[in-house]
This record gives sequence, structure tokens and C-alpha cells, in this order.
Amino acid sequence: MDFQWDIFVEAIPALLGGAWLTIQLTIISVAIGLMLGLIVALGRVSANPVTSKLAAAYTTAMRGIPLLVTLMFLYYGLPSAGLQLSAFTVAVIALAVTNAAYVAEIIRAGIQSIDRGQMRAARSLGMSYGLAMRRIILPQVVRRVLPPITNESITLLKNTALVSTIALSELLRSGLEVMTWKANTFSPFAGVALIYLMMTLPMIWFVSRLEKRYAIP
Amino acid sequence: MSHLIRVSGLHKSYGPLHVLKGIDMTVEPGEVVCVIGPSGSGKSTLLNCLNFLEPYGPGEVWIDGVLVGYEKKPDGSMVKVADHKLNATRTAIGIVFQQFNLFPHLSVTENIIEAPVRVRKIPAQQARDKARELLAKVGLADKASAYPSQLSGGQQQRVAIARALAMEPKVMLFDEVTSALDPELVGEVLGVMKGLARDGMTMFVVTHEMAFAREVADRVVFMADGEIVEQGPPSEIFGNPRSERLRNFLGRFRG
Ligand SMILES: Nc1ncnc2c1ncn2[C@@H]1O[C@H](COP(=O)(O)OP(=O)(O)OP(=O)(O)O)[C@@H](O)[C@H]1O
Ligand SMILES: [Mg+2]
Repeated sequence: MDFQWDIFVEAIPALLGGAWLTIQLTIISVAIGLMLGLIVALGRVSANPVTSKLAAAYTTAMRGIPLLVTLMFLYYGLPSAGLQLSAFTVAVIALAVTNAAYVAEIIRAGIQSIDRGQMRAARSLGMSYGLAMRRIILPQVVRRVLPPITNESITLLKNTALVSTIALSELLRSGLEVMTWKANTFSPFAGVALIYLMMTLPMIWFVSRLEKRYAIP
Repeated sequence: MSHLIRVSGLHKSYGPLHVLKGIDMTVEPGEVVCVIGPSGSGKSTLLNCLNFLEPYGPGEVWIDGVLVGYEKKPDGSMVKVADHKLNATRTAIGIVFQQFNLFPHLSVTENIIEAPVRVRKIPAQQARDKARELLAKVGLADKASAYPSQLSGGQQQRVAIARALAMEPKVMLFDEVTSALDPELVGEVLGVMKGLARDGMTMFVVTHEMAFAREVADRVVFMADGEIVEQGPPSEIFGNPRSERLRNFLGRFRG
């Protein structure tokens, strides 16, 4: 074991810089993933068979392709087709479109878990499908899907580590850089692991709070 | 020509299952019509076709002079109407369901004012005043800010009636609204419905409560196997049933 306290301390500023990029990637990708996931979920439950099939194909494909492959495809594959995106943009797109597939499945299950009578009652009062969704169905769905969606966000945060492969100095890559520079493995990685935990623990705690609060007695 | 509801030649199938087999029926303004019949005879299906919660066809359903769910083209063909027109038609028809279907995330008052405010664009304050009036009418003035989960089944069903009335419908449809209630709670809901009938509301009531039908109905419709087998004043239907099927059906309630 080559842990050295002084290298550990010296590494922290660089690691925090990486962590900040990780946080940015997470927040932006989660936000886009949520919006895209909601749209896909609404497409999935719509009465229109074309929309529904398209949405199903999307969730199936994106859950079946490894994130790393999506990342590589966008970063190395697209330029060969003449489209060169920045590493940050590629990272956000890959994380968000993958996250959206999982979010969509969670929201779809949430919508379908709401009693059919709710939609019937809303429609019988003259509400349009969209209004009934927005005012009656989705507010009830939010409570049910908040815990699994927070879990998905934790997964996304951890998956940002894969982005280190496309030359973005997020937290893991910052650790790798310190490792090379100081010729010491254990100290920077102890810091990396600790900082990941510091970011995920509050979210894990939040989920367990939510689950207790909305638990069906 | 002043029929409030006119159903003619109405058919409805679920896939290969032919549920409604040519229903002809009218309901006049202010009339209370009770529909009775064995389970699976198509009573709920008929009620759901009246406001196009279930698409029907062939056949026609007219409510207050408006063809429900379809538009007639000059060549006689029927095409589905745009959603917003259907929504407008639906505001004229109140429905109360067996399972109450109150919105659990909204308070009693919010349940009642949601559609008036969002659909009919009535100012929120005016809708609240109206909700208070309606809650008093169904005997729940003190529950305005409660949530559905805090109410008994009978109370929830009375809120559901108030919610439907808030849209000022021309006709109220009831689908076995007391079937999910504990026996001791049935009376309070039927009481509210009797009050409505007295006030002159046009009502179409699917029910297993024979005593209610006998007392409140102007006309009783007996359905079996997707057809109207017999209809007439309660005294005729209960006192002098003509068809074998109706006699068998009523026999089960005498026990
Ligand atoms: N959504 C549906 N899909 C397929 N079949 C249905 C559907 N709804 C009803 N049915 C069938 O249509 C027939 C008539 O059902 P309906 O609910 O109208 O009967 P009902 O007279 O209301 O009976 P009950 O007294 O039990 O409520 C039944 O055979 C039922 O199984
Ligand atoms: Mg029924």
C-alpha cells in the first residue's frame, strides 16, 4: 500500500475541480433526461400506436446499449460522419439519452399504476386528455416515481466516471492525472472514492427518507 | 323532439363480444330513469356510451340535440368529432361512478372546482362559493378542506355527486353508486339522489337498489343480454312484469 497523507491532501484541489465537472454533467444530464424521459413516457402510454411503438423501441434500444458504447459512438463515430461535438456535449447527450430511457420506463409504470377511473372521471368532467394528464394523473405519479428516479440519478452520477474515457477531466480522470503525476495510486483514489461517496450519500439518504414517507402502511 | 337523451339503434362491441344489441331509448327533461338488469347485461356499457367514455357504433346517441362523439357528414357517414367538441358535450353530462374516483391529491373543494375553473373558466372565487353551496346540499359543509382519504365511502360518494353537479350538467348519470358502500352508508347517498330528483334533475340511474327505483323512478328500464327487454312505470315493472326474464330477475330480489 502506497498511501501518503501529503499526496492525498495535495490531490484534493484537483479532485474537487473534477468533482465540480461531475456535478455539472450530472445536473444537466438529469434535467435533460427527465424532460426527455417524460416525453417518451407520454408517447409510450398514448393511444397512438405509432408513437407508442417508437417510444417502446427507444427505451428498449437505449437500455440495451452500454453507455460506454454510446459515448464512443458519439465521440469517435460521429466525426467520421462529419459531425464534431465537444467532449462535454457528447457526454451530456450520452448520459441524458440513456438516463431518459430508464426514467421513461419508471414514469410509464407510474402512469399505468394510477387507477383507470381517475382518467375516466377527469374526462367525464370535460377535461381534455392533456389537461387530465397534467392536473390529475402526473401529480399522483410524481409521488410514486420520485424514489426510483432519484436512484436513477445516483446511477447517472456514478456513470459520469465513464466520461473519463473521452478526455473530460471529471472526478475519476482528475484522480488518474494525479496518479500519473505523483506516481502514487492509493492516495488520489482514496480521495476520488471519498468524494463520490460524499456526493451520493445525501441522495441515498434522500431516497430512503422518501421511501419511508410514501410507504404504504 | 324535446328528448334530453335519445339513443337509437345503439350497438357496442368489445372485439368479438357484442355487448349492446340495438338499444332504442329516450329520456325526457326532468325524468328519472332507473336501469336494472342482471350483471353483464350491458348497463354500464350503455351509460358509458352516453358520454362517449366508450366509443360506440353503429347507432346514435343524442344529448340535448347534440350527437355525442360523431359528426354526420352530408353523405350520411359518421366521423369522430374533434376532442374539444366532445369535451364541450361532456360538460353537459355529469357522471358518478361506483368507485367514487375522487382525485386523492386534491382537497374536497379542489376536487369540486377543478373542472369548473379549468374547463368552464369560471373565476376561482365564484367556483369556491358554488362548491360551498353544493357541499351544504350534500350535507358535507364541514368537509370542504378535507382530503378524500379522510372521508368515509358515503361521504366520498356525496363529494363525487357535488363535483359532477358543479359543472351544472343537464343530466346526471349514476352507475351503481352505492354498490361499493357499506350497507349503513347507502342511505345517505340515496338520500342525496332523492333530493336531486325532487329538484327536477334529469337522472339516468343504473342500480341494484330496487326500493330506490320503485320509489324515485318515473320509468324503469329492464336490460338483459344487451337489449331493453321491458320498460315502464315502476308500478308496472315491479307489480306486473310481463317477460319471463324480468320475473326471474325480480324473483332473485324477493328471496
Ligand atoms: N372494457 C371492456 N372490455 C371487454 N369487455 C368488456 C369491457 N367492459 C365490459 N365488458 C363486457 O361487456 C359485458 C357488459 O358489461 P357491463 O359492465 O356493461 O355490464 P353491467 O350490466 O354493467 O354489469 P354489472 O351489473 O355487473 O355492473 C360484460 O360481458 C363485460 O364482461
Ligand atoms: Mg355495471
